Amino acid sequence: MAERSFKEEVEKLKLADGDEFHGEGILAVTKALLQSGVSYVAGYQGAPISHLMDVLADANDILEGLGVHFENSASEATAAATLAASVNYPLRGAVTFKSTVGTNVASDALANLASGGVTGGALVIIGEDYGEGSSIMQERVHAFAMKSQMWLIDPRPNLPSIVRAVETAFELSEISNTPVMMELRIRACHVYGRFKTKTNKRPEFGLKDALENPRRDLSRIAMPPMTYVHEKDKWEVRWPAAVKYIEDNRLNEFFDGEANDIGIVVQGGVYNTAIRALALNGLADAFGDSKVPIYVMNVTYPLVDREFIRFCQGKKAILIVEEGQPDYIEQNVNTILRRADIQTRVHGKDVLPMAGEYTGGVVREGIRKFIEKVRPDLLGPAAPVSEIAPVNERKDKAMAAVSDKVHGRPPAFCTGCPERPIFAAMKLVERDLGPHHVSADIGCHLFSIFPPFNIGATTMGYGLGAAGASALNVKAGKRAISMMGDGGFWHNGLTSGVGNAVFNKSDNVLIVVDNGYSAATGGQDIPSSFHPHHNRSTQNTIEKAVRGVGVNWVKTIDRTYDVALMRDTLKEALTTKEEGPKVIVAHSECMLNKQRRIRPLMKQAADRGERVVRERFGVDHDTCTGDHSCIRLSGCPSLTIAPNPDPLRREPVTKVINSCVGCGLCGEVSHAAVLCPSFYRASIVTNPTGWDRFKARFRAAVIGFFQRRIARKLQAA
Amino acid sequence: MTAPEQQRPITIAILAMGGEGGGVLAEWIVDLAEHAGYIAQMTSVPGVAQRTGATNYYVELFPKTGAKSNMRAPVLGLTPVAGDVDIVIASELMEAARAVQRGLVTPDRTTFIVSTNRVYAMTEKIALADGRVDSAALLEACRTAAKRLIHGDMAQLSEATGSVISAVLFGALAGSKALPMQRTAFEAAIHRGGVGVKQSLAAFAAGHAAAESGPAPAQAPAPQVARLSPALAPLYAETDAYAEPARTMIRAGIVKLADYQDAAYAREYLDKLRPVAEAERKHGNGSGALLAETARELALGMSYEDTVRVAELKIRPDRFARVREEVQAADGQILEIAEFLHPRVQEIADTLPAGLGNWLLNTGWARRFVERFTTKGRVVKTSTVRGFLMLFVVASMKGMRRRSLRFSHEHKFLNDWLATILRTAATDYTLAAEIAMIRTLVKGYSDTHERGRARYETIVQMLPQIASGPAPAATLAKLRKAALADDTGAALDAAIKELRPLAQAAE
Repeated sequence: MAERSFKEEVEKLKLADGDEFHGEGILAVTKALLQSGVSYVAGYQGAPISHLMDVLADANDILEGLGVHFENSASEATAAATLAASVNYPLRGAVTFKSTVGTNVASDALANLASGGVTGGALVIIGEDYGEGSSIMQERVHAFAMKSQMWLIDPRPNLPSIVRAVETAFELSEISNTPVMMELRIRACHVYGRFKTKTNKRPEFGLKDALENPRRDLSRIAMPPMTYVHEKDKWEVRWPAAVKYIEDNRLNEFFDGEANDIGIVVQGGVYNTAIRALALNGLADAFGDSKVPIYVMNVTYPLVDREFIRFCQGKKAILIVEEGQPDYIEQNVNTILRRADIQTRVHGKDVLPMAGEYTGGVVREGIRKFIEKVRPDLLGPAAPVSEIAPVNERKDKAMAAVSDKVHGRPPAFCTGCPERPIFAAMKLVERDLGPHHVSADIGCHLFSIFPPFNIGATTMGYGLGAAGASALNVKAGKRAISMMGDGGFWHNGLTSGVGNAVFNKSDNVLIVVDNGYSAATGGQDIPSSFHPHHNRSTQNTIEKAVRGVGVNWVKTIDRTYDVALMRDTLKEALTTKEEGPKVIVAHSECMLNKQRRIRPLMKQAADRGERVVRERFGVDHDTCTGDHSCIRLSGCPSLTIAPNPDPLRREPVTKVINSCVGCGLCGEVSHAAVLCPSFYRASIVTNPTGWDRFKARFRAAVIGFFQRRIARKLQAA
Repeated sequence: MTAPEQQRPITIAILAMGGEGGGVLAEWIVDLAEHAGYIAQMTSVPGVAQRTGATNYYVELFPKTGAKSNMRAPVLGLTPVAGDVDIVIASELMEAARAVQRGLVTPDRTTFIVSTNRVYAMTEKIALADGRVDSAALLEACRTAAKRLIHGDMAQLSEATGSVISAVLFGALAGSKALPMQRTAFEAAIHRGGVGVKQSLAAFAAGHAAAESGPAPAQAPAPQVARLSPALAPLYAETDAYAEPARTMIRAGIVKLADYQDAAYAREYLDKLRPVAEAERKHGNGSGALLAETARELALGMSYEDTVRVAELKIRPDRFARVREEVQAADGQILEIAEFLHPRVQEIADTLPAGLGNWLLNTGWARRFVERFTTKGRVVKTSTVRGFLMLFVVASMKGMRRRSLRFSHEHKFLNDWLATILRTAATDYTLAAEIAMIRTLVKGYSDTHERGRARYETIVQMLPQIASGPAPAATLAKLRKAALADDTGAALDAAIKELRPLAQAAE
């Protein structure tokens, strides 16, 4: 069950001809797929397209009603391979994943798919996780399009453009027998807007038709000698077909401007930012009417030579606004113009930064520099210094004042997260056995690299935690520890990490964090999810899988909050004489999802008058000495600091705020680490039973008697 | 072409943290604007920030008024541009400062709506002492950067109204009049949202009022009027002779120690301070720092946390009431309290009379026997009769405290420390004041206490070297800060290493 529910929003997918859709970019993409008569969709979650997967899951009934099959793929490689259905059959299919990490995983299948080519339209919807808010290494998907020859669509970030891009992508794919990628940047995925809808289209040729009438075509299989034919075919047949379609259907857009001796070329996805940057330089209005002619590349691969030649005709200089590095497009344009012997100067990365997101401020500067070089007359007179100086001075003063005071706020474990105690235990083991090499993975558990835990040396990719420690497999005084999430485990870690360690007789320790969901991507279900699922097979345990590939030393801990047990188990794994990989499955439900699940149930029970107990922790400020050891072993958002009420003390006291979910870690840590006696656990009983009330009355009577004595004594002192 | 049309969008940036409802606020704004005839675009960068990190939302509103807007859609931006943001809303003070740092808030344009509550960053929370950033400086920078600053503790308002901070901020946005819509239009958007309408409207009203009237004047905590018993009155009277800032400290010390032990113990405290007051008068530089710091640290040192103290504080009637309030238990709900205690042999011996305590620690079989019962922490339910009485018995050992092993250790330690202060004061007043302050390293329980004590000893042993070097007081202050920089002691080791060559140079 995913973190965000789209149950209500998916109703919008039923809108018909002429209706107006209002909503997020991701949902608009789904609607566009249904309008295009898609037969199957699949994918692997990950920001910024996690919500696309969640929308599809929540829309399953609507999809089934249209005869559309949806799969949660095991990995991006699986998703990409799913497109094989479009190789021999006239089936339209779409898959989605985040890039570039997902595209990396998918590359093998994509390369095979692109080599043989497709019959039905094959679309890969790429969530381009680049720039602010990104969680991965900064690379471009453009390189994948170039290397395997897939067409790359980068639409203007408004819903009508995105929807049209999806629809044309299928046609482009079919006409050129080539898979097409559509790139959506983070903000475009989440952009809220509107478009006129069309009625959904049921596919004419269904998956059932394919199964019952199988076809094969040797010429589409990537195996010599066909691969040599494919390579030629890509260049001689598919490329020209694609270019012709792009030109004929005007996928790229030209906007005139009065300063027609210069021009700006922009990727579709960066168009809005470029227009704002022009407006802020006084060169365009809010509707996109610009003094400088603009060529918008809604298709960024392949480049259409004829369009560039036409655009540059009579221009002394153009600016290419191309986000990311290296400057593939700029290099390509230089080649096109050189071959055509056109003398237009090409500006781009000389006035714009090579790396980093092209935000409004960055592009504003770049465009100003370009115009200053080529047509300074277009820039109006600068505002008088007397107007600007005081404003800048105040702004600079404020910026300088906060420069060393604004601390980073990296992502961290949620309140009550079951992964936190694993790292608290690792900290305690570190005290006893010294530091170990820790190979981290991708997932929420990677937040351990930040304070307060500061654990983890490398991360090599999703599910590759154990693989990342595989070289460190020699007899030594210490063993390496690897981390892996349940998501990464099923994605590939079972083979790349666990199977590899068994086969290569590794002695290292692997901790599999089993929280029941693909939690970091938004709580999607996976094969080992604890709860039964109506249309997926869950409850396949990790321990069983690990034993299945030959691990003998496996311990499953069913309550990670037991820090002492966690610590002792890890110590045993690090010191046992038993040979072969040691695997600890640390199994407790993701608290974010658990709370989403049980909160409403608890509220309903309380409303029905049933006995409900809520637990939370607290700190007595008068015994807290303000050392904050407990925070250094936890880092829970609910565990914070507050001014010390004792006038003699300067240090803030530790405080537990009411968002505490009573996971128990604070108590376990103060016991295991022998911290301090300030923590208490409060159990708040709603709708107490008669027995509860009787006990409470009795206790109040006895305790009250003694407390009145204490109060009298204090009064007298 | 014609001169660029003057129409431009209203640009709004929202800076929040994951889980604060920044998205709801943005959705309300979009809904409000669409119903008022605007074209609205909103986007966000949640990314991994959904897990407690910083997140931001960006909204642009475009009026459907000009001739062109009837025929064509405007091209709206997806990222805030420094210098071009009309309204910045921050749900927390450091996030507000982050907006300033990013240049989003500018004096010629930006209405800046700031909640002044702090959600501390991890780096602030994990400090061994006080790692908090100066809130006043952050707010001042916000004021400098903004065209108009509207601020208040919106988190407190949301708590008071049982709602979320986004509703208060929406109210503050309405109250700021930075958008041309009427209050009723804002409220209609909340109604249309349909979730928690009643609480949201209350929170909205609170935010609206806060924006209109300015922030409530900071309520200085009411000076604690000490409930003076007749036994303490004469002690209190004696403190009239001392100047501030020492007087406040000494009075707090008297109250604390009388509460900790008895009036006689507080009297002992005053007696111990007398020679320090003398030194202050003779060698002081007018700051009064020596006496004030010694008074503070001596009171804390004399009220060291032992098992008796902990037990006593845990069972007091006002503590039960405080817990009830803190965990927000309502009438009719039953509250149970469990304590997490982990007394070790050391703590048990500490509580015993010195002779017996030493015997326990030094007699193998006895120690091992007791250790068998102290390997694991204990959960004591103070709200049960059994748990309460257990702590009551421990607390009643208060009368024996003066004879206990720990008492003799602590007082020997404090006497040595006082002697060092007095000896140093005659020659170097500021160094003496610094020596007074390094006792602060000794705090906490078990490992924390031992670690602090060890660092204190390390530094004290270096005192002769520090005193003969350049700027002794500053050097000592540097070492104190280094000792509080990390758990492992790496910073202190580095600071000491750095010191060595200096000392050699001085020779």
